[in-house]
Formats: sequence, structure tokens, C-alpha cells
Amino acid sequence: MFELLGISPQVLLGQLLLGLINGSFYAVLSLGLAVIFGLLNIINFAHGALYMAGAFVAWMLLHYLGIGYWPSLILAPLIVGAFGILLERTMLSRLYHLDHLYGLLLTFGLALIIQGLFRNYYGVSGLPYRIPDILSGGQNLGFMFLPNYRAWVVVASVLVCFGTWFTIEKTRLGAYLRAATENPALVSAFGINVPLLVMLTYGFGVALAGFAGVLAAPIYSVNPNMGADLIIVVFAVVVIGGMGSILGAIVTGYMLGIVEGLTRVFYPEGSAVVIFVIMAIVLLIKPEGLFGRAA
Amino acid sequence: MMKKLALTTALGAVVAGAGYAQGIDVKLGVLNDRSGVYADLSGEGSVVAARMAVEDFKAADKGLNVEIISADHQNKPDIGSNIARQWYDEEGVNAILDVPTSSVALAVADITAEKNGVLIDSGAGSTALTREQCRPTTIHWTYDTAALANGTGAAMTNAGGNKWFFLTADYAFGHSLQENTAAVVEENGGEVLGTVDVPFPANDFSSFLLQAQGSGADVIGLANAGGDTVNAIKQASEFGITQAGQKLAALLFFVTDVHALGAQTAQGLSLTEAFYWDQNDATRAWSKRFMDTHGAQPTMVQAGVYSGTMAYLAAVEAVGSTDGKAVAAKMKESDIDDPLFGTVNVRGDGRAVHDMYLFEVKSPDQSSGEWDLYNQISTISGEDAFLPMLDECDFTKQ
Amino acid sequence: MAAQDTDTDTIAAAPVPQAAGMPMLHKVIFVLLLIFLAGLPFMVYPIFAMKVMCFALFAAAFNLLLGFGGLLSFGHAAYFGGASYVAAHAAKVWGLTPELSVLCGTAAAAFLGLVIGGLSIRRQGIYFAMVTLAFAQMVYFFALQVPFTGGEDGIQSVPRGDLFGLISLENNIALYFFVLAVTFGGILFLYRIVHSPFGQVLKAIRENEPRAISLGYNVNRYKLMVFVLSATFAGLAGATKSQVFQLASLTDVHWAMSGEVVLMTLLGGMGTIFGPLVGGALIVTMQNYLATFGAWVTIIQGIIFVIGVLLFREGIVGVISRWLKRPL
Repeated sequence: MFELLGISPQVLLGQLLLGLINGSFYAVLSLGLAVIFGLLNIINFAHGALYMAGAFVAWMLLHYLGIGYWPSLILAPLIVGAFGILLERTMLSRLYHLDHLYGLLLTFGLALIIQGLFRNYYGVSGLPYRIPDILSGGQNLGFMFLPNYRAWVVVASVLVCFGTWFTIEKTRLGAYLRAATENPALVSAFGINVPLLVMLTYGFGVALAGFAGVLAAPIYSVNPNMGADLIIVVFAVVVIGGMGSILGAIVTGYMLGIVEGLTRVFYPEGSAVVIFVIMAIVLLIKPEGLFGRAA
Repeated sequence: MMKKLALTTALGAVVAGAGYAQGIDVKLGVLNDRSGVYADLSGEGSVVAARMAVEDFKAADKGLNVEIISADHQNKPDIGSNIARQWYDEEGVNAILDVPTSSVALAVADITAEKNGVLIDSGAGSTALTREQCRPTTIHWTYDTAALANGTGAAMTNAGGNKWFFLTADYAFGHSLQENTAAVVEENGGEVLGTVDVPFPANDFSSFLLQAQGSGADVIGLANAGGDTVNAIKQASEFGITQAGQKLAALLFFVTDVHALGAQTAQGLSLTEAFYWDQNDATRAWSKRFMDTHGAQPTMVQAGVYSGTMAYLAAVEAVGSTDGKAVAAKMKESDIDDPLFGTVNVRGDGRAVHDMYLFEVKSPDQSSGEWDLYNQISTISGEDAFLPMLDECDFTKQ
Repeated sequence: MAAQDTDTDTIAAAPVPQAAGMPMLHKVIFVLLLIFLAGLPFMVYPIFAMKVMCFALFAAAFNLLLGFGGLLSFGHAAYFGGASYVAAHAAKVWGLTPELSVLCGTAAAAFLGLVIGGLSIRRQGIYFAMVTLAFAQMVYFFALQVPFTGGEDGIQSVPRGDLFGLISLENNIALYFFVLAVTFGGILFLYRIVHSPFGQVLKAIRENEPRAISLGYNVNRYKLMVFVLSATFAGLAGATKSQVFQLASLTDVHWAMSGEVVLMTLLGGMGTIFGPLVGGALIVTMQNYLATFGAWVTIIQGIIFVIGVLLFREGIVGVISRWLKRPL
């Protein structure tokens, strides 16, 4: 066992970096959840399943059509997003006037169906997906060996998160979105097609999950269960950040990745539960979340 | 939907020959994981294997009416014990086969003893099945954690891997696998530098691998299973750990896992198994038939279900009844000559003793096909592989 | 959309009857149910029937909180599973008789409910659900780490023992009537709570909290009470289940169990008396008879969820109750 003081600064630095990498996945996933919750008031429990679907779509594109990683990085999220739009049009749109609970239950059911179908057709051992050649290998940073692919994960996630934040907070489209969140009736009175906006938002949020799935495919095994337990962790991230807060979801995502990474050094068994401990504390002290506005 | 499902059940049940007036009805239940982490290494493949055994035994000609049913225990002891109890009480099941996941197997072993059935376990790894919780009606066929530790642990330590660091899945199975292996490592003059308990299940092992790397160990022992091991190996290669000279020891790994990982990533990995499809003509011939029905090569667990079923049916025929204690005692009476496992001696405690093999995963250029995965390194005799019998568990003397 | 957020009319589906006594219809249903249950073990596998009853009680306890208290807990597995561990431990290690073991488990759940409820009830809506989930995850983690729970093996081979030290429960039928008495008694007790003055106050709080406060009710105290009661009966169900299966395991404390009880309540009809019983029975039956089909079980469950949410939000009993124009 490691002693507390036996950890050198190098190891600690390495762990911080790894935490940041894991945080990148949390950030992209929780961002999608937060966007969806903000506009649709739906807690998208199918997010983990759609993340898994993103990874599988990338694998299928490669395996059946010979389409490689880079095109998949765009194509797979589009396909997952289109699937999400289908779900939104046929099912979710019927629930907007109801309590949050129903959206949660519906998407929970969808998650079970999606995971079950993939499990039936592809088994559970997982499927191999290779790191693209240009990103294989790594850099020796002195304190650790950083695989190029992981560095790319951080870069890609920061770009996507920043782009999303910028679009929502600083552009006209984003202004419509935020207005529609506040008062949909008024916004549609101004001639804006709110249902279309809602549909595209859900598609986009889900596409983010698909994007995270493609990012994850080369490093985690592509496996029908890969999103099953992740969903409640990501959900906790959104709650800690403040439901519906875009910035909160992003920052908390990275932050909790780091906290989890540190827990893995000092108390590895506890790393699966630390996020929930933080969630309980935050909710009890500041229920609107770290970045949320008080109701 | 229901109609379609009902049809599947009808197909799932094999009713062999019913013409014998004094025929013995034998009902076998294959209880395993059909949807979770062990579904590919046991699952439907084990049912296929059991059916092949009934066919090959020519049960119908010998006056046995054998029926096979199956269910998914979802790796949960409550679900598994519920099904087992119901099978014995309501369905008239005589023997339960396979049962991967130690927690479920231990629960089923107790119920089996209580109901006087027979448990022929192939999928579970816990040594407790034939030690702390030994029962007269338990037969543990294929492997256990001690045998794996004796195979991989001893071989790697003797090959110069003296300093070990363990990544242990934080549950009872992971801990027992680690303790077994650590004992073997130390017996062979090795040293355990440290362990880290990894929450189960986990996706990301990078942080733990980095700790293992920092320890300066020669060998990183992976005391976990299934998807966790696959991920850990994948990421060890990604972080340049294997390239830098540290070796990985997968302490519980199956041919389906290697297949999923691909020879590119898994090459050079050492592992211990009781059976590999490409060992000799008999295993190749059997595996080809298996492959034709199931679409994948058999794992040692599935092969164990086949052999265990054969041995069970032979004992039922010899005893002339399905009385659990009597049949289990019969199976222990003399050595069994098995096409897949060679000579098998079922000891008084129910442990089936046979040779184990140390394999190394081939590199992609050595491999001639998607299932051509192993080089056999050495054979570990049954006496060396398995723990000695405890006196209080020798049911032949009681 | 924000304006419609507070539309909870489907959640508070069935109105609570005003009269203090039991309406004739309910009496008839309870009596018929009891007669049916008395004959059940001779028709189906008794252990299966006992499992159904335990989950029916669990769902009914959950429904007290959600359907009548208006609070969605996403961590009820903590009380169900926690009680099952304590009861199993009491029976196996301390050697207590079945009724005392069940009591021990129930008391533990009540205590757990008091602690977690005391911290959680200050939060509302989805935040309340999340706090309860967080605490349930901690309970799960605790169950995974401490030695007495046996990790993923659980506590196995729990002896069935002798009721009051006199009547052996080894026989399935004897055990069945013990479980029937416990669960049926529990369900009747829950019925009493809902139809008591306490239940009326709960209803007032659920429908208009500020008004209840202005009427001088200490709302948080009522909420805490209903939370503890719900946790206690969930614990009673879990403790009884551990005696039936002679096993306490991680399944019972896992978050999926918390999800399952929501499914049962929703399917049967939340806020109805008989809905959770129907929902619990249906889900358990389905899991039992579909076990052979592996991954299809999850797919079918998912389809039920989706259809239920889209088409039958009131649940089965809710729909029947609307047809009959009577609360059930």
C-alpha cells in the first residue's frame, strides 16, 4: 500500500493530468445533459446508452463500411443526433407539460431497450477499436508518459465545450435558446419556431453524447454496458454544477475528474463514491448547485 | 412477443428418446450469465455444450430421457438461488450445470446439498466450493483461483518476474485471486511490492496503472475479470507500460477475452487455462462441431460443461438413479478418461483434478486466423495446480 | 414551458377519500385479496408468491412517500437492502428468531430513514431525489466495504429458524403464512396511515405547501414522519425478503433496485392503494417467467416503461379507478 506521504510530486502531477482527461469525458457528457435539461426540462437518462451507441456507430462504420476514425468523429454524432431527434419527435415531445419524473422514466426505459438490443447482437465481451495511427505513441513528460490520444481527448473536449458555451451565451441563436427556456410562449409569439428549436437542441445534446462515445471508443472497450453506470455519475456532475447551467456542467466535469483522480491515489476504493459524497454536501449546503442561480 | 418466446423455449428443450419403459428421467439445468460480463464465456455456449454431451453420450440409447433447461442468473446470488430452488422444487431438476460467478455458485451449492441434487460447476473460480463451503453434492470441474495462481503466478516468478504489483478488483473474488497469487509468488521467492484496490466495475485504469508503473515492479498482476481486464490491458499498452518492459499477468482471462482484445494488443500475455480448442485432434474435432452451432470457439468453461455433463450421465447410468449423493459419490469412484480434459480425477471434496496449461498469446504475425491465439508454454500437472484436499471435506470417507 | 412546470395533476392522480372508515369497495377487495393469497401457495411456487408479497409491500411503502407524500426518493434501495442485511445478520450470527430478526432489520431501516430523511427533506423536487440517491450510493459503498455484509457473496444460508422459538419455518407453507401475516399487516397499516388525519395533512401539503404552512402545520415535521414511515416499511419488506431467500445481497442496495420500485409504483398506479401491489406483482412475475430469455428481459422492461409513460401514466389501477370513478 502507498503511504500518504510516500507520494512524490511527480506521481501527483501525473494523477492530476489523468483526472483532467477523465474529466474531459464528464464535461462533454454533462454538457449534453445540461443543455437538454435547460431547454426541455427532461432528465435524459438515455444519455449513457447514447454515449455507448456513439462508440458502436463508430465501430460499425469502420467494420461494415470501412470508414475510419476521423470521419466517424463527425458522422457518428450526426447519426446519434438524428436518432435522438427521432426519439424527441415520436416520444419525448409528448411529455413536456408533465413533471420531470416522466421524462426521466421514459428515457430510463429507452436506455434499457438500447442497451439490451446491443447486448443481444454484439455480446458483452467488447469489440476492439484501434487508436488512429497519427495519434498512437506518446510523449514522455518527465513525470509520466502521456499517450498522444489522451492529449487529443482533452483538446477535443475543450474545443467542443468552449464552442457550445460560446454559441449559447454569446450568439443570437443562443439568445433565442435562452429566451425559449425562460418563456416559450413569448418567444413563439415573436415568430420563432420553438418546437424546432427544442428538437434541434435535443439532437445536439444527444450528439454530444455520441461524440464522447467516439472519443472513448479507442481507449475503453466498445461494450454495451459502457454507459450504464456512467449515467448516474454524469448526472451527479450536472446536479453539482447546477441543473441547466452550461458553464457549471463544464467546469464541474473537469473538476470532478480531478477530484476523482486524487481519490484514486489516496483512497482508491472510495473513488467510485466520492462524487456522490460531494453531491450530497453541495445539495445540502447550496442546493442550486455550484453555478446555478437560486430558484 | 409471447408466442415467439414460447417457441424459443420449446426449441431450447432437448427431449431425447422416450421409448424406454424403465427409462430414467434426467433433467439438467444450465444456470449461468446470459446477459452480463460472463455471457460470452458461458451463456448460450454452455447450453450448446451440454446438448452436445447428451448427443454424444447417446443418452436415449442407454435409457436416459434427458431434458435440458436454462436460465440467466444475472450474476446475482438472490436471482440464482431463487431459480435453483424453484428448479429443484418445481421443475424436478436433478443437476445444475455451469454457474459462473462465485457468489451465485456458493449459494447454489448449499441449495443443491439441501435438495440432494448435484452441482457441476464449471464457470466459478472460488476455492471455497471445495474447501470452506464444501458439500458432498458439489463437483467443481474446470478451474479455480488457486490453479490459475499456481499456473500464472509460479511461471512468471520463475521466469524472473520477482517483484509484483497487483491491481485488485475490490470485491471478494478479486481479493481471493490476489491472495492466492501473492502466496504463490512469495513461495517461489518473489516479492509483492504493493496492491491497489480498484472499484468494480471500472472503465479507466490509467491512474492505477500509473501507480503500478511507479512501484518499479516487474509484473503487474491483474486480479480482475472480463471487461475490467480487457480495459486494463488495453490501457497498459496505450500508456507504454508493456513496451517499457513491465509484464502483465492476467490472472483470470478467457479465449473470448483475448479474441475481443485482438492479438495486436494482447500479444505476449501469459495466462492459465484448462482447455484450448487447438490442443490436439480430439479438442479440434469437438471444437469444430461447437463452432458450427455456436459461431465462436469454446472457452474452457463451455468445454467443462460438456465434460462434466458426460461424466454425470455416465454416473447416473451406473447408479441407476438420479439421487444426488449417490451420483456424486459414483463420479468420485474412479478416474475419468475425458476427450477434452484428458485424465480427470474427481477427488473426495468434489474437486476435479486435471492438467492445467500455461499459454502465451501469439503476436499477430504468428497468428494464422482470428482464433489462432495461443502458444502452449507448459503443462502444470493437476497435483501441482490444485490445492491439496482438506480432510474434513473428503466425503468419500464419511 | 416553465409556466407549466408545476402541472402535477397526473402525479396526484387519485383523491384521498374523506371518510375515516374503510369504504365498502376497499373492504371487499382486501377480503378477496386475503382469500386469494391464502390459497395461492397451493397453486404457485410458495417462494415465488412470498417474493411477490415482499415487493408489493416495498412498492406500497414507496408509494406512501411518492403517491401520498409527493416526494420522489431515488434511494429506497438503501432501506430495503439495509434492513435485509441487518435481519440476515441477526438471524445468522446472533441466532435470533425470525420475528426478532425482521424487527431488528426494520428498526435499522427506520433509523437510516430518520438520518437520511432528516437531511434530505429540506430539499425539493429533483434535488430531493438526488440527495436521496447520493445517500443511497453511500449506503451501497458501505455495504460493499464492511466485512459483515460479505461483499458480493452477501450473507448466505441464513437459517429460517423457529417463529417465537416455537414454530419451525423450514416448511415453505409455514413460512408463507408468516410472510403473508407480515406483509398483509404492513399493507393494512399503510392504508390506515393514508386515511388518518395525518394522511389528510400530507395531502394538504402535497397539494399546496405554502397554504399548509400558513395553516400552522410544521411541514418539515410531517414530511420527515412520512419519510421515516416509508423507510420503515420498505425495511420491513427487505427484512422479510432476507428470511424468505435466506440471503441478503448487494442487489438489494444497488441503485437499480431504487429504479425498480419506481417502475412498480408507476406501472401499478402511484397514489392509488392497490396500484403498487399490482405493479410489484407484475414486475416480479415478469422477471421470474422471462429469466430464460436473458437480455430480452431488460428490453421488455424498457418497452413497458416507455409504453407506460406514454400511454398509461395513471398506471393500471389508476386507469381502472378512472373507469369505475372510484378511488382504488
